[in-house]
Amino acid sequence: MPEQMATQQNSRETLSFYITGFVLLVVLPVLNVLPSEDSWLYLSDFRLNQFGKFLCFAILALGLDLIWGYCGVLSMGQGVFFGFGAYCMGMYLALQIGKESVYGSELPDFMVWTQVKELPFFWYPFKSFAGALLGAILVPVLFATIFGFLAFRSRIKGVYFAIITQALAFAAWLVFNRNETRLGGTNGLTDFKQLLGYRLSDPSTQRGLYIMTVLALGAAYLFCRWIVASRAGKVLIAIRDSESRVTFSGYTPWMFKLFVFVVAAGLAGVSGMLYVPQVGIITPAQIGVLPSLEVVIWVAVGGRGTLIGAVLGAVAVNYGRSVLTNYFPEAWPFILGGLFVIVVTMFPDGLLGMIRKLSERKKTPAPLIKAEGSTAA
Amino acid sequence: MTDDNLILNCQNVVMDYDGFKALNNCNFSVHYNELRVVIGPNGAGKTTLLDVICGKTKPTSGKVLFGKGINLVGKNAEDITKLGVGRKFQAPSIYANLSVWQNLDLSVKRASKGVFPTLMGRSTPAERERIDETLETIGLTEHAHDRAGSLSHGQKQWLEIGMVILQDPSLLLVDEPVAGMSDKETEQTGQLLTKLSGKQAIVVIEHDMDFVRQIANIVTVLAEGTVVCEGTVETVQADEHVRAIYLGRAKVAH
Repeated sequence: MPEQMATQQNSRETLSFYITGFVLLVVLPVLNVLPSEDSWLYLSDFRLNQFGKFLCFAILALGLDLIWGYCGVLSMGQGVFFGFGAYCMGMYLALQIGKESVYGSELPDFMVWTQVKELPFFWYPFKSFAGALLGAILVPVLFATIFGFLAFRSRIKGVYFAIITQALAFAAWLVFNRNETRLGGTNGLTDFKQLLGYRLSDPSTQRGLYIMTVLALGAAYLFCRWIVASRAGKVLIAIRDSESRVTFSGYTPWMFKLFVFVVAAGLAGVSGMLYVPQVGIITPAQIGVLPSLEVVIWVAVGGRGTLIGAVLGAVAVNYGRSVLTNYFPEAWPFILGGLFVIVVTMFPDGLLGMIRKLSERKKTPAPLIKAEGSTAA
Repeated sequence: MTDDNLILNCQNVVMDYDGFKALNNCNFSVHYNELRVVIGPNGAGKTTLLDVICGKTKPTSGKVLFGKGINLVGKNAEDITKLGVGRKFQAPSIYANLSVWQNLDLSVKRASKGVFPTLMGRSTPAERERIDETLETIGLTEHAHDRAGSLSHGQKQWLEIGMVILQDPSLLLVDEPVAGMSDKETEQTGQLLTKLSGKQAIVVIEHDMDFVRQIANIVTVLAEGTVVCEGTVETVQADEHVRAIYLGRAKVAH
């Protein structure tokens, strides 16, 4: 019976959620703390921190998967929303440096050398941690609401939407690069010292940030799963399959698109906010066209239209990058591009689709997405 | 007959595409709970007429009065749907990656179809019952949990009809439902539409004359954007003028 199959799949998903959660939340930190440094079980601070970074990217990928994988709207500007979140947290961390800065000024270093005498007004909210947290979520959400409202209401669709979001990423990159923006220009914000009184150089602080990231990813995943499982989640898939029929069923497609676009932007903001203290730097290079495109590749590689696929893709591609750039640093863009072409042409369901195909070979195959109707690829 | 009995009354509708008049002073009316078939040669404006009624295209001039005198011209498709006009497209237009049941569930008429009510909404027992009934009517009970994209062409067409009737339309517009169907599927579709008429008015566009004979009481012949003849199948088929138009021998007098 199909119903039984669905519940079976559901309980398997819940089980793997708990197992993955346990491994990420308990096993990895314990392997970081308990074994001695020369034990083969030992997970170095560097590795744990790196994993934290990948999990931030997974949150970013979840958002794109909602809007692209489920709703069929390709956004090539997710890096911008990630950047908003990252810069909000970065501004807070930059103000926390205080007298420890190179020039011993209360102002961030870059302001001293660009001769800014007073803290610009828009930096004020980021003196407080609460301001940074709120800003990191609200700024991308508000921006996405306005941008999405204008774009979706005007019935901008498919490749046109992809192009204007890419233009948005380019524009944001230009703006953040300028010194007049008072956000550190090309060099961005860096040299952070402490967060809420905890030293960022301390491994236990980084471990704490890693655990926060795992919890945030878990919450983001459950939130997305709740959306996808609801009737609204079915409307998203319906929009991807046949937008005109959705209209004639009495729904207003652009409002649903706006909703997921805003959710995706909020998730990107959370992702950027967690990324900055773990990586220690945010520059315009991390928010432009290329980083936005990479998110698309993660989701495509992992398997779009499945939440686990997005997480898997983000972690796998970034892990692959960290390994392969050791051996072939020059070749990485080609590997990434090649991977994208191979996945899109040969494995439209991504890694997860391949895994399912292998594991369900004997049973009836359950297709994830079949290109039918108007799927914006 | 007085106008009170009309659910749809199109008056002098003109649809002008840069000089080409797809509808030219078209007057077309339908009674409550009637099953009406519209036939006509290619390019007669049949699909355009449905597009104008359901709000997909806006006519150049004219009125489309629905129910108690509501003019549909100028309203958008979502609002017209909510007023009670359901549209079944020519090519099956269903949600291929959802199950048959989910396709129907999304289509059920509900008080609000905004983002947040849809996010929170759960199907009520009454709604589930209606969906089950509809599955029965369209003969897809066994396929309730199949992926809609895996259905046959004919089953997809029935599914879409089911989706439209779950919106409780008082007027159902059906565009060439049996194109591409097998003989058996065609006959079943005829039975389905006959079963449905009586609960709502149905306007069917069709080419297949055998099918028209199976379901039609009154047939409207459309040519060059205007109604040239209306009557029973026999009357229409016997009409010399209609034959001449079909064979391209006669011009339509506007």
